[in-house]
Amino acid sequence: MQDLINVFIKSAFIENMVLSYFLGMCSYLAVSKTVKTAFGLGLAVIFVLFITSPVNWLLHEYLLKEGSLAFLGESFATVDLTFLKFIAFIAVIASMVQLVEMIIEKVSPALYNSLGIFLPLITVNCAILGTSLFMVQREYNLAESTFFGLGSGFGFFLAIVAIASIREKIRYSAVPAPLRGLGIAFIITGLMGIAFMSLMGIKV
Amino acid sequence: MSEVADIAVVEKEPLLSKKNKRLLTDPLDDNNPITVQVLGVCSALAVTSQLLPSLIMAVCVVFVLAFANLAVASIRKIMPGRIRMIVQLIIIAALVTIVDIFLKAFAFDVSKQLSVFIGLIITNCIVMGRLEAFAMGNKPWPAFLDGIGNGLGYGAILIIVGALRELFGAGTLLGYQIINASEGSFLHGIGYQHNGVMASSPAAAMFIIGILIWIQRARKPKLVDIS
Repeated sequence: MQDLINVFIKSAFIENMVLSYFLGMCSYLAVSKTVKTAFGLGLAVIFVLFITSPVNWLLHEYLLKEGSLAFLGESFATVDLTFLKFIAFIAVIASMVQLVEMIIEKVSPALYNSLGIFLPLITVNCAILGTSLFMVQREYNLAESTFFGLGSGFGFFLAIVAIASIREKIRYSAVPAPLRGLGIAFIITGLMGIAFMSLMGIKV
Repeated sequence: MSEVADIAVVEKEPLLSKKNKRLLTDPLDDNNPITVQVLGVCSALAVTSQLLPSLIMAVCVVFVLAFANLAVASIRKIMPGRIRMIVQLIIIAALVTIVDIFLKAFAFDVSKQLSVFIGLIITNCIVMGRLEAFAMGNKPWPAFLDGIGNGLGYGAILIIVGALRELFGAGTLLGYQIINASEGSFLHGIGYQHNGVMASSPAAAMFIIGILIWIQRARKPKLVDIS
């Protein structure tokens, strides 16, 4: 259990998807204009990651990996389908996001309307595919993958709510005109990234 | 005598007409995918710690973007509306798989360095963004040019950021030592040290892109964000 908590803390704080690996930037920069939308998007991302991480792990372990097709027969024992992982993972993510979209539309139409196009855009959020690809690269087991997904989602949630709060405040400051909006958001994110670097050496 | 005379002749637009040329040049500055459209930012930060991976990444994205645009524009009329996104994603994923295998075969070291970021071209917002915004409503050849143009715009930013990060982070460019700050050199004598933070942290790329946005919008006031 301690091991799993470590994976969670590592992926949420020390190797934050947004502020250490800089994945998920597009929706991070586009949705963080107000805290309400950022909050909603963060929760949606946690939910999608929580579901897609174990599903992708199972898919990779029992269908794609070399030798995993042995249950079909002797001749299939050496088949290696890992080159299909991009297509398979993205298909799983797309269907899960469709599911989340339907749930949110039912449960909270206000949130659904305020998120607009960015809800389906979670499908192409680098952080989600990136989590699955990292999980495969680091060869986690099922429990570790689930906690890794949860941790990544939580890290994304923290980062996007943080920058939304800063951007809400900074709208009323005297930022030079060419830097207003996008430019200053980049610089703030850079500073947040450096701040998160201070967590780099922590051993859990 | 004039049975043939009344057939209207449709003017075929030349391959590189003015309109088509603008598809190639607009994304380089006016409509740059990274600094104006805010697409494709993730990989621009993560792979640019050195110039060589940035170059290879730019070439890969141009390839994927151009051919995905071409493919989607060719089948846009026969694609059912409901499965539009899935079809687009499968086309992109197939192209990226080809690029990945190609890289593993011909540039193994760089592909190890780029690791997951080649796969992440699938989720690169530029590809999906241009497919939805342009390829779904335009003919194949303009879509192909638009793909190349946006890819080049993306590549331009990547090369600038990669070059600056490698130059000031490690003093090299493409592996060749340019700034010599080793023991005993002039620069070492005055206290100059290679700025390691630049090379190891993508946060530096954020600052560089922020400054590029500043310069671009100061030169073109119409791009200033008045929200």
